[in-house]
Amino acid sequence: MTTPDTQAVASPAPPAEPPIAVELCGITKTFPGVRANDCVDLALRRGEVHCLLGENGAGKSTLMNVLAGIYLPDEGCVRVGGDEVAIACPRDAIDVGIGMVHQHSNLIPTFTVLENLMLGQGEGVRLSEKKALEGLKELSATLGVEVDPHTEVGRLALGQQQQVEIIKALWQGSKVLILDEPTSMLTPQGIADLERALVELKKRGLAVVFITHKLHEAFSIGDCVSVLRQGKLAGHISADVLRGKTKDELQAMVVDLMFPGEAESLAHVAELRGEAVSEGSRRRVSDAAVLELHGVTVAAKRGEVGINEGVSLTVHAGEVVGVAGVDGNGQRPLAEAIAGQRPLAGGDLRLLSKSVKRLSVGGRQRLGLRYVSDDRLGEGIVSPLSVALNLVTKRIGAAPFWTHGRTQNNKIDENARQLVDEFNIMTPDVHTHAGALSGGNIQKLMVARELCFAPKVVVFNKPTHGLDVKTTAAVRARIRALADGGEAGALVISTDLEELLELSDRVAVLSRGRLMGVVENRPGAEREIGALMIGETRGG
Amino acid sequence: MSSILDADFFAALLSGAVLAGMPLLFAALGETISEQAGLLNIGLEGMMLLGAYAGFVVANWTGSSWAGFLAAILAGMLVSMLMVVFCVRMGQDQIVVGIAILLSMEGLTSLLHAAQFGTSYPRLGGVTQLSIPLLDGIPVIGPSIFSQPAIVYVGVILIVAVGWLLYKTNIGLNLRAAGWKPVALDNAGVDVLKVRTYAVLATGALAGLGGGYMSIVEAGIFVPFMTGGMGFISIVIAMLGRGRPVWVLIGAFLFGIALSIATALQLAGINIPTDVVQMLPFATVILALIIFVRASYLPSALATPFVRGQR
Amino acid sequence: MADAADGLGLPVGRGIAHSVIALKWLSAFWRAVGPVVYALIAGGVLLLIMGRNPIAFYATTFRSGLFTWAGLEQSIIRLAPLLLMAAGFIVAFQAGLWNIGGDGQFLLSAAMVGGLGAPMVAVMPYWLALILLCLIGFFVGGVWTVIPSFMKAWYGMNEIITTLMMAFIGINLANILIKGPFLSTKSLVPQTDVIPFKYLLPYVPGTRIHVGIIVALVVLGMVHYVQTRTSYGLRLRILGANPKAAVHAGINVKRDIMTAFALSGGLIGLAAAVEVLGVWGYVRADWNPAFGMTLFAIVFLAGLNVMVVIPFVAFFAVIQIGGHEAARQAGLPNDFLLLLIGLILFFMVLTEWGRRKAWLERDRRRRGRRAGGSGRAAEGAVTNE
Repeated sequence: MTTPDTQAVASPAPPAEPPIAVELCGITKTFPGVRANDCVDLALRRGEVHCLLGENGAGKSTLMNVLAGIYLPDEGCVRVGGDEVAIACPRDAIDVGIGMVHQHSNLIPTFTVLENLMLGQGEGVRLSEKKALEGLKELSATLGVEVDPHTEVGRLALGQQQQVEIIKALWQGSKVLILDEPTSMLTPQGIADLERALVELKKRGLAVVFITHKLHEAFSIGDCVSVLRQGKLAGHISADVLRGKTKDELQAMVVDLMFPGEAESLAHVAELRGEAVSEGSRRRVSDAAVLELHGVTVAAKRGEVGINEGVSLTVHAGEVVGVAGVDGNGQRPLAEAIAGQRPLAGGDLRLLSKSVKRLSVGGRQRLGLRYVSDDRLGEGIVSPLSVALNLVTKRIGAAPFWTHGRTQNNKIDENARQLVDEFNIMTPDVHTHAGALSGGNIQKLMVARELCFAPKVVVFNKPTHGLDVKTTAAVRARIRALADGGEAGALVISTDLEELLELSDRVAVLSRGRLMGVVENRPGAEREIGALMIGETRGG
Repeated sequence: MSSILDADFFAALLSGAVLAGMPLLFAALGETISEQAGLLNIGLEGMMLLGAYAGFVVANWTGSSWAGFLAAILAGMLVSMLMVVFCVRMGQDQIVVGIAILLSMEGLTSLLHAAQFGTSYPRLGGVTQLSIPLLDGIPVIGPSIFSQPAIVYVGVILIVAVGWLLYKTNIGLNLRAAGWKPVALDNAGVDVLKVRTYAVLATGALAGLGGGYMSIVEAGIFVPFMTGGMGFISIVIAMLGRGRPVWVLIGAFLFGIALSIATALQLAGINIPTDVVQMLPFATVILALIIFVRASYLPSALATPFVRGQR
Repeated sequence: MADAADGLGLPVGRGIAHSVIALKWLSAFWRAVGPVVYALIAGGVLLLIMGRNPIAFYATTFRSGLFTWAGLEQSIIRLAPLLLMAAGFIVAFQAGLWNIGGDGQFLLSAAMVGGLGAPMVAVMPYWLALILLCLIGFFVGGVWTVIPSFMKAWYGMNEIITTLMMAFIGINLANILIKGPFLSTKSLVPQTDVIPFKYLLPYVPGTRIHVGIIVALVVLGMVHYVQTRTSYGLRLRILGANPKAAVHAGINVKRDIMTAFALSGGLIGLAAAVEVLGVWGYVRADWNPAFGMTLFAIVFLAGLNVMVVIPFVAFFAVIQIGGHEAARQAGLPNDFLLLLIGLILFFMVLTEWGRRKAWLERDRRRRGRRAGGSGRAAEGAVTNE
């Protein structure tokens, strides 16, 4: 383990560092086949926001899960106030004063805000609503947040849900607050609110850990930054250095820590640049519409936001239309309605000028519609089935893989070998069961499956979510190539504005189930998009 | 030959409904607790069977029906331990284990009965009735509903108690959280497996009590396989009840009517062949399911084992 | 190309590779057979507690079921409906559909076949009648699944409950039919008219085993083919493995749920037809062999594989035939078998759990890491971060 010394030379006597609240020493955690954390040291100081930076798969969440008691480390220990403590379960972490807000919502959508807060906090038999209400009021005031205690959590906007989660984490943990990629579900306004709240919390002496994979966030929000790479601590940038160096210098430093020797080739990758800035799109788009939505509305399932006001949008051949918006504002219902997995509540849907409102999922696929789902393991692949079979699951019964219903395994394997090669899917064999592949390779499998057979319209839902930088770049290249071909159109739904600005010709903005507007991707677009996203309600 | 609208007919119908519905009430209440915590007990009928057998044996031996009820409760809990070990702790498939429980308890009780009683079927004396003063004077309804063995009143109290438990206590909150999103409960620092264990044991206790009621109060004897599908009807009542004990009460009562209507009709002089009689409750269930097909919703984490750290 | 020794991380030498394969085969064998052995031992202990001699019991069982020519014939005859019924369950279970109502589908089909049997052989060539009756059995069994399968396909209603309810209804309906429209006037005992012996399913030449067993084996082969080598089979497998993925893949889930259920019920109905037309020629009221419930354990033990299930069902048939005699001699009710089946299921669950734990331990040790005090429930193997 190496901690490169990144102290600036020029500054005079550095200000005294705040006391250490919690320390992780030599944490190692392995899962079958992968070493998620390799002897990592981390010092969390009071009143400081410590950013944990690294690309997807670097081990950031795992490390914090160890601190939160969800995983048991194979080696290493945790020290609180200098004394070693054993954290074997979430209860232990809470007792020690550690609270965590996870990436995936930890709230129960059918319970009210109050019930969620009371969970695990009860003493005695009866539910003590009064105590919970008091605590809620106090913490809401601190964070500058307002939330109705008796609303069902599922009905709140995702940003508000996150606020509730932070309140709950604070209530549980008074020493350390861990935030795992909190900004993916926030509007720019919401991010500003969060930053303000963090300033308040720092004043109260809380140690905050902020996990992110975006460089600019780390610099703007963090007081110090630790960089993880492939499970190891690649480097730590202390508070003085952070203050001392320029943004460009810091960026170069971090990119070097995250991707030693590859800084050149990755210079253009969105996450590693600064804020989302549009460079405009240079693609030639045809007039032929491949996908048209006219006043589409979609009913919401329990605990989610549907498409409430008619969405009208057109995607042309050779075009990439992005759909921006904070997560949980109707993206999945929209994608599923287009794919046919959900019925339209209202409006019409046209594929290649044909109305497909009543057409089944299979029927739409035959017309050329492809859908790369964001739910990889849940519906994207069938885990126990082989890679080869997974590559043809949307063409079951069709020639040449099936003749008169009979399976032609050699043709299926041949197709698989070709696709594995072309899309660089890392798998021991085409017969390996797909569930054994890593997340990135599963995504490549899904992309291969959707793009290999005459696609006309491809809907991508969060296509690079949770992927490492290389795979992300590969997937984005495929999307670009698809549109550059001129025949097909792509609808890319993403919570990642940088990604959309990199890929799209136009960007639609979705907020609370409504289409707020469509913006041409040209310099300055990011501001228009931001304005549209804010133009909704405050507190959302 | 008396008319069907006779007071006697209704009296017989109502008292029969209570008699037949009580085991359903107990078992469905128990299953509600389990389902709210995320477990599906296909083996419920097995718990009832062992409860019926143990309850009968102890009541027969001691002469006390309360001792019998206690034995029934303990027997039911014993069987539910199998669910605890295999499904809650080991995370194995609840359907397979449930069927295993059902079959082994059917076989076991049949075997034990044969070993102990051979072909003789000893009968228990009747159970003393408790009447609620004033209310039992109401014509027709009074004697049929308000004059019951004490255990029935216990059942009604349990309805209220379980309702209070589920919605007004911490343990109830934890239980329901375990059924909707066990990960959230775990992260809140509560031991999910412990919560589910309590839920299953409570179910076993109540199911056993339901079985004990069948053998001690309803039939007065134990016959192998005597639960005859009551456990599954209880599961349906629990599903339709959607976690609200009052609905469980109503459901149990309605199905009790379906079960007892044939006897009441016989009293009114209308004779229905036994096969139709036996078919009636199940046909009622299917009908209810068809009518209420959209109404039954179950907690999302039902029948999914919980393992920390798993996604 | 995956090397045979890859899985256990051992070096690949010819001789070592061979013994590794043998080891893998052996462990797969024990995984299937182990639970049965444990259950028999546990059952034996129970017999001891009840004052019976387990050795004598099992000896009689196998002697009566297997080691006498008559017993063996009986076992093979019993095999026919069991195999078809098992196939019916496997088709449904593989598609993730819990068709628990097999006994109702069986009995209702039996009643129809029994009731229509005698009249039909009287008006047409018997071989035609037999074929039609088999089809009728298949049809009735399939039809009886429509209500549960419709409710499942269109409303997502839990099919365990609905098929079970239909089973109870079906059993009673069968009795109503036998005691009603199909009641024979020529018998003192309530039953259907009897199909004359010469018109029953012919024997396999040289034996007294009716051709139902041939039908069963052929049908099983067909089912296996459909499951493993056709697009329909693949669709059902995906439906069973991941229903959401099935929708996503564009599979017509509603239609496939209903066809799978119908096929399942149909095979079970065919089992009933074969049993009635091969063994009895009539159906008595209140008759219920209840093969269904007890076949579950077998079907799971065989890993839902139609070919692997054959030896298991054969073993079970021997236990049923021989055990009937053994129980009679020991003065025990037949239901001891139910207990045995339940025990087999439990031990199967235990062995599965034991295997998984052992694999995790072995894997941890193989990587040279400390087991690290992970006291709580097993940790997941897939991580996103």
